Amino acid sequence: MSRTEDAIRASGSRALIGYLPVGFPDLATSIEAAVAIAEAGCTAIELGVPYSDPGMDGPVIQAATQSTLERGFRLEELFEAVAAITARTSAPVLVMTYWNPVLRYGVDRFAERLAAAGGAGLITPDLTPENGRDWLEAAERHDLDRVFLAAPSSSDARIDAAVAGSRGFVYTVSTMGTTGARNDVDLAARALADRIAARAASAGTEALRCVGLGISTAEQVRDVLTYADGAIVGSALVRALGAGGVPAVRELAASLAAGTLDDGPAFAGTQAADAAPAAGAPAPSTPAPSTGSTHSTEKGASA
Amino acid sequence: MSASQQSPSLREQHGPWFGAYGGVFMPEPLMAAIDELAECYAECKADPAFQAEFARLSRDYTGRPSLLTDATRLSEQAGARILLKREDLNHTGSHKINNVLGQALVAQRLGKTRLIAETGAGQHGVATATAAALFGMECVVYMGEVDTERQALNVARMRLLGAEVVPVKSGSRTLKDAINEGLRDWVANVDSTHYLMGTVAGPHPFPEMVRDFHRAIGDEAREQTIALTGGLPDAVLACVGGGSNAMGIFHAFLDDADVRLIGLEAAGDGAETARHALSIERGAPGLLHGMRTYLLQDDEGQTLESHSISAGLDYPGVGPEHAWLHDLGRAEYQPVSDTEAMDAFLALTRAEGIIPAIESAHAIAGALRLAKEQPGSTLLVSLSGRGDKDVATAGRWFHLLDEGAQQL
Repeated sequence: MSRTEDAIRASGSRALIGYLPVGFPDLATSIEAAVAIAEAGCTAIELGVPYSDPGMDGPVIQAATQSTLERGFRLEELFEAVAAITARTSAPVLVMTYWNPVLRYGVDRFAERLAAAGGAGLITPDLTPENGRDWLEAAERHDLDRVFLAAPSSSDARIDAAVAGSRGFVYTVSTMGTTGARNDVDLAARALADRIAARAASAGTEALRCVGLGISTAEQVRDVLTYADGAIVGSALVRALGAGGVPAVRELAASLAAGTLDDGPAFAGTQAADAAPAAGAPAPSTPAPSTGSTHSTEKGASA
Repeated sequence: MSASQQSPSLREQHGPWFGAYGGVFMPEPLMAAIDELAECYAECKADPAFQAEFARLSRDYTGRPSLLTDATRLSEQAGARILLKREDLNHTGSHKINNVLGQALVAQRLGKTRLIAETGAGQHGVATATAAALFGMECVVYMGEVDTERQALNVARMRLLGAEVVPVKSGSRTLKDAINEGLRDWVANVDSTHYLMGTVAGPHPFPEMVRDFHRAIGDEAREQTIALTGGLPDAVLACVGGGSNAMGIFHAFLDDADVRLIGLEAAGDGAETARHALSIERGAPGLLHGMRTYLLQDDEGQTLESHSISAGLDYPGVGPEHAWLHDLGRAEYQPVSDTEAMDAFLALTRAEGIIPAIESAHAIAGALRLAKEQPGSTLLVSLSGRGDKDVATAGRWFHLLDEGAQQL
């Protein structure tokens, strides 16, 4: 059973997934920050492994992970963090990692340690399903989720492979680019989310689609959730953590989580308006930060 | 490793896999562009019109075939006959132009109007900027900030040619980070842009395609050597960073079992130190820049920084075909330190009046060493580039600069 999928469904397919790099700015703070964003309303945590050559990452995440490597980050910290976070929150913890550190560690050994620490699975930005046979077998053995990417440029055949290979959700790449906040999340995201759903349906399955890259505001979260099952926020959270520590990242997560609330008929439409209609009003002003809701499935109740 | 290899000919090997090396390990957003490129290159390879146009440019623009020089004075000192394949005489001063013209033609066929490239020493960046000017394309070159400082003249050259040079401040601020930044640009601009990889590395089809565009080096040199000496050389030597000039010259000799193929890797401060670029000799298989190959990495899979006096060899990975040839035992890879390379740089300059690129001086050093082991042998050396760009570095190394000129 996929814990990630369960959590997304429990949210009413209105999931907020928060990315933070493990070990940034130090191990203890990164654990506190992950717990804080789960408490503030993240459905799942995406914990990034610092890597020397992060090809998919923009400047904010690069700077954070590079400083983490420079202070001597070791993979042992990852497993420690996963265990500590899962002990304190029910939100599933997915690990986002480039592939070479896993290869070097040993694919099965990595999967075994991750499962033992309570991790839910892996998101693999530079491992496509066709190169992932070892990982898929290990994931099966250790009952872990595996999240592959689909991009606006992906062919139907490649989307089929991502759908077939993924468990948990399909990482729906919103835009052709790297991580980093953008004012407009590409309209391509909506088209891609629809294509993934259609391809999955024609294969007789269903795929949960969480949209990532460029999302940084509650309005964007709300817009994404009109057509996808989850919204992934990374750089904005990393920036908040770097600038204002745990309180700041908690506050931002809470404000983003307001975007997961179903605002009723006024916003139920399917119009492509990402112009953040009135959305701005109810969302960021939520006082949530300090109330620190301790439940990771609250959004599910929002309906 | 190469169980799939039925044919005895090593020259027939093509991507995506060279034994256990190579492949395509790229983020999904780039997969469509990679697939499109592989498909287009396969068409180009089989298209006589494409090959004719490439041959015409190679002849009329680059100046091919390049000369083979019998380095008689150096040979006399060394005790073996040293033949120099003069890629330094190509337009833009190195072998890099071969590949750049080929890929620019492919980019044109793909309808791309913008070329992006990484560069270390600046030779590949200069060559790409040159092709962009020739083909009327936009050009952006990513160059590690450290390298923009040590190769300031090449930066000016690229800008003169109309290219935008972007100093890369991330990571180790050298060649590997310039590649990362180029790939990030590519993801964001893939509709208009061709990533013009400068060496036989990266995901398929780059290793095969770049090798093919450099094959003339070896094809010509093999014929020229036979014409000059009546037989094949005893050994072929070339420097190896990513390994493009080496693959270009090795390829023609892969099936000549009696010809030793020797790649010279940069040993930087020395093979016994931690500051080197010995990807094959000291690295372990792993993933970098979309390929599986030997790379310098720590025990947790983080890429290590390489070190070499030569910016063009300062790369922690190596082309997958070299990794394969190493495992097969068909090619040997040996270290050459900064000091040995600079000694050879001076030796060639003084004996023949040819100032080599410091990269190519590594190959000369390998030949001088082999000459001692095999006196009287015939050694074919790839002189991959000329040394104008390195005069400031050499001036400092040999203390030839006057006080006031120190900031060159």
